[in-house]
Amino acid sequence: MSDLERGVREICRSFRGDRTRMMDIVQAVQARYGCVSSEALNVIAAETDTHRVEVEGIVSFYTFLSAQPKGRVVIRLCDDIVDEMCGMRPVAQAFSEALGIPFGGTTPDGAITLEYTACIGLSDQAPAAIINDVPVTYLSSDKAREIVAELRRHGDPRRLVHRLGDGNNAHPLVRSMVHNSIRRKGPVVFAPFENGAALRKAMAMSPAEVIRDIKTSRLRGRGGAGFPTGMKWEFVRAAEGEPKYVICNADEGEPGTFKDRVILTEYADLVFEGMTIAGYAMGAAEGILYLRGEYAYLRVFLEHLLAERRRQGLLGKSVLGRAGFDFDIRIQMGAGAYVCGEETSLISSCEGRRGDPKNRPPFPAQRGYLDRPTAVNNVETFCCVARILDQGPGWFAQIGSRASTGTKLFSVSGDCASPGVYEYPFGVTLREVLTEVGAEAPAAVQIGGPSGQMVGPADFDRTICFDDLATGGSMIVFGPDRDPVYIAKRFLEFFAHESCGYCTPCRVGTWLMKKKLDALLEGRGEAADLPYLEDLGRTIKFTSRCGLGQTAPNPVLSTLKNFRTAYEKRAPARTDGHRAAFDLQAATAEARALIGETTAIY
Amino acid sequence: MSEETVSITIDGVEIEATPGQTILQAADAAGIYIPRLCAHPELEAFGACRVCTVKVNGRPQAACTTPVAKGMMVENDTSELLEYRRSLIEMLFVEGNHFCMFCERSGNCELQALAYRFGITAPRHDYQYPVRTLDGSHPEVFIDRNRCILCGRCVRASRDVDGKHVFDFVGRGHEKRIWIDAEARLADTPLKGEDRAVSVCPVGAILRKGTAYRDPIGRRAYDHRPIGSDIEACRPAEKKG
Ligand SMILES: Cc1cc2nc3c(=O)[nH]c(=O)nc-3n(C[C@H](O)[C@H](O)[C@H](O)COP(=O)(O)O)c2cc1C
Ligand code: SF4
Ligand code: FES
Repeated sequence: MSDLERGVREICRSFRGDRTRMMDIVQAVQARYGCVSSEALNVIAAETDTHRVEVEGIVSFYTFLSAQPKGRVVIRLCDDIVDEMCGMRPVAQAFSEALGIPFGGTTPDGAITLEYTACIGLSDQAPAAIINDVPVTYLSSDKAREIVAELRRHGDPRRLVHRLGDGNNAHPLVRSMVHNSIRRKGPVVFAPFENGAALRKAMAMSPAEVIRDIKTSRLRGRGGAGFPTGMKWEFVRAAEGEPKYVICNADEGEPGTFKDRVILTEYADLVFEGMTIAGYAMGAAEGILYLRGEYAYLRVFLEHLLAERRRQGLLGKSVLGRAGFDFDIRIQMGAGAYVCGEETSLISSCEGRRGDPKNRPPFPAQRGYLDRPTAVNNVETFCCVARILDQGPGWFAQIGSRASTGTKLFSVSGDCASPGVYEYPFGVTLREVLTEVGAEAPAAVQIGGPSGQMVGPADFDRTICFDDLATGGSMIVFGPDRDPVYIAKRFLEFFAHESCGYCTPCRVGTWLMKKKLDALLEGRGEAADLPYLEDLGRTIKFTSRCGLGQTAPNPVLSTLKNFRTAYEKRAPARTDGHRAAFDLQAATAEARALIGETTAIY
Repeated sequence: MSEETVSITIDGVEIEATPGQTILQAADAAGIYIPRLCAHPELEAFGACRVCTVKVNGRPQAACTTPVAKGMMVENDTSELLEYRRSLIEMLFVEGNHFCMFCERSGNCELQALAYRFGITAPRHDYQYPVRTLDGSHPEVFIDRNRCILCGRCVRASRDVDGKHVFDFVGRGHEKRIWIDAEARLADTPLKGEDRAVSVCPVGAILRKGTAYRDPIGRRAYDHRPIGSDIEACRPAEKKG
């Protein structure tokens, strides 16, 4: 038996060969061997009673998993639009030159791999990268060269952290240079909190009364869709099937969003308390925190907090001494897939599958994780839950506006003086926020991340709430020099890359959109492209299977609506009958090369 | 009709459906054709191609995965929906490399037949000309990924009908591909020529060797009547109001 076979077997057996723990298995193999090789695929399949092609399908789905060997150190530079605005390109060049390899490459000694990655939740301290699990922030070309030199010296990404960030970023179990950048505190999330206080109040009531309180508070989900939380819980509670599950969605993949990272760094207990209350209210015994792979540096710290809660009787058997109420939480790591933030994809991933969304109905509340009734809620939603139980639903409901109660965290980045996290009551105008964040000359704001919409000054007096400008929290500010068409293209590139590929419109349509925007930006645009993009966008939105495709065209459609002249400039009407999009030389290049024709064809 | 049925309306026509049926199954039984590609009567619903998209009470839904419910108002044959479906079919054409003029499945291909039914002459989208692989290692079957539309029929048929799991998907987004349960060669899988996974492929991606061009033009599945005609032929005479 080879060493690899023995090692992979051992890993599989530590999860009892349970195929639903496939994400943990393949990640452990990747961590130990630097890849999930062809031989490893065979061993995993045999040990988990699956087929090799299934395991291969999973490994090839997630960006952080790989069948090919990678370097012992993997540098993943965030290539999000905000990072680009903050100087990512020269940093990329410096990395590439210092290492002597292009992006996607590995140094010949197998030491270091260099890659791009989508938003890593550090847009307020961009340009940023993650090196193995270690976030490095505020990069410059000089820093990039220093990092390479240091890694060459000691090869240990953890030793790249010379100055620790604020708050728990400096905790011995985190030791990260990340900053919280909490710029504005509000009464709901960023407020002092005593462990167990809300849970005790909840458990003094019946589960039905807890759900009633959540309904009275009119809390709506903070993950983007805004579904009433109390109603979701009532569905789960009433659904047939045991056990029931509570899942906290900490996938936070929407570019420009990082508020959940800050919550998990400073207020994780509030989240865990909210999850435990959810468990009590719905009669669930197990909770899962689905943590995006980019936040792996927080994992040990979060495990420690969970252990503390167990010690305090706030988790585990007979929570707070209540016989019959057992509830515990485990952490499930993601591995680089934005679509896994979509709740049914997230469930697929927790079950150890490709992160494909599921067909609905049945909804997760009826048949979710392992086909059992499941409530999936956002990190911030659970904070609200704990605070509602602690302070009362009436207290919560008087904050914010009538249909949008409570506060909302905004992750603000881009062209402004003070990027960071802000807690505001719902109903604040966009203009107030822009003033406070020090946006000097905002020309456009992407609100709700790429899947939201890009608005211009005409919309700055609108209010942020579920009925007007809805948002999951991302707010990217663009100054007057930024090009809306280019921004839209970068966002479409993101969606095309992150599409799971299950359904036709999202898989093919986002790619076609991206290519058409490329053509516009490269001077091959034509007037007919604009209605084409609108039609294509409508088709993708209408026919896509999940929320990714249903919102992916938004950056294009909203910029076409609000910034149309930027497109019109690039899509001239032609009268000579030529198609600008057709490049005769490029189209005939291969054929000309084959016949040895050196002159151009006209 | 039995007391077990519920009634739903498709394009203004009231039909009876059995609870547990999907909209697509209920429509088929009533002789109403809803275009589809990934759905197959012997296989579990999949919901990938989206060609069967209908409006249910005003909202888009895939007819092949949506169960019927009492009083549903379904729109199917509207110009809006036909336009979306046409665009989706065209996407599938430009995504792969489909050369109908010399494809062995020509005339028996569901994608080609749908294009004819929709009157598609040239796609509005730009051809992508992807580079994809083919595998002729197996003595009885070959797979040409250029023509695969990722419908997942072979995956489901191999797993649920043949009990093998020879096929599954790898990759993500536009790099998603149909793959096999072996390192590289179809010959190294337990696939047999007579497996259902082979015959369910709607296009020319999985083909049985030695069967090419066996049906002469004029005797192929869609030479005389458009795809869906068999379903429409079952339509009971419309009730007079
Ligand atoms: C592509 C996509 C990505 C998503 N990403 C997240 C995410 O990272 N975090 C999150 O809480 N919700 C995300 N959602 C929304 C979830 O599907 C779900 O609605 C949410 O987790 C429910 O929690 P809530 O009701 O507390 O908001 C995403 C949705 C889509 C379609
Ligand atoms: S090979 Fe055929 S049956 Fe399989 S997914 Fe592709 S088109 Fe569908
Ligand atoms: S037939 Fe319904 S999605 Fe393909």
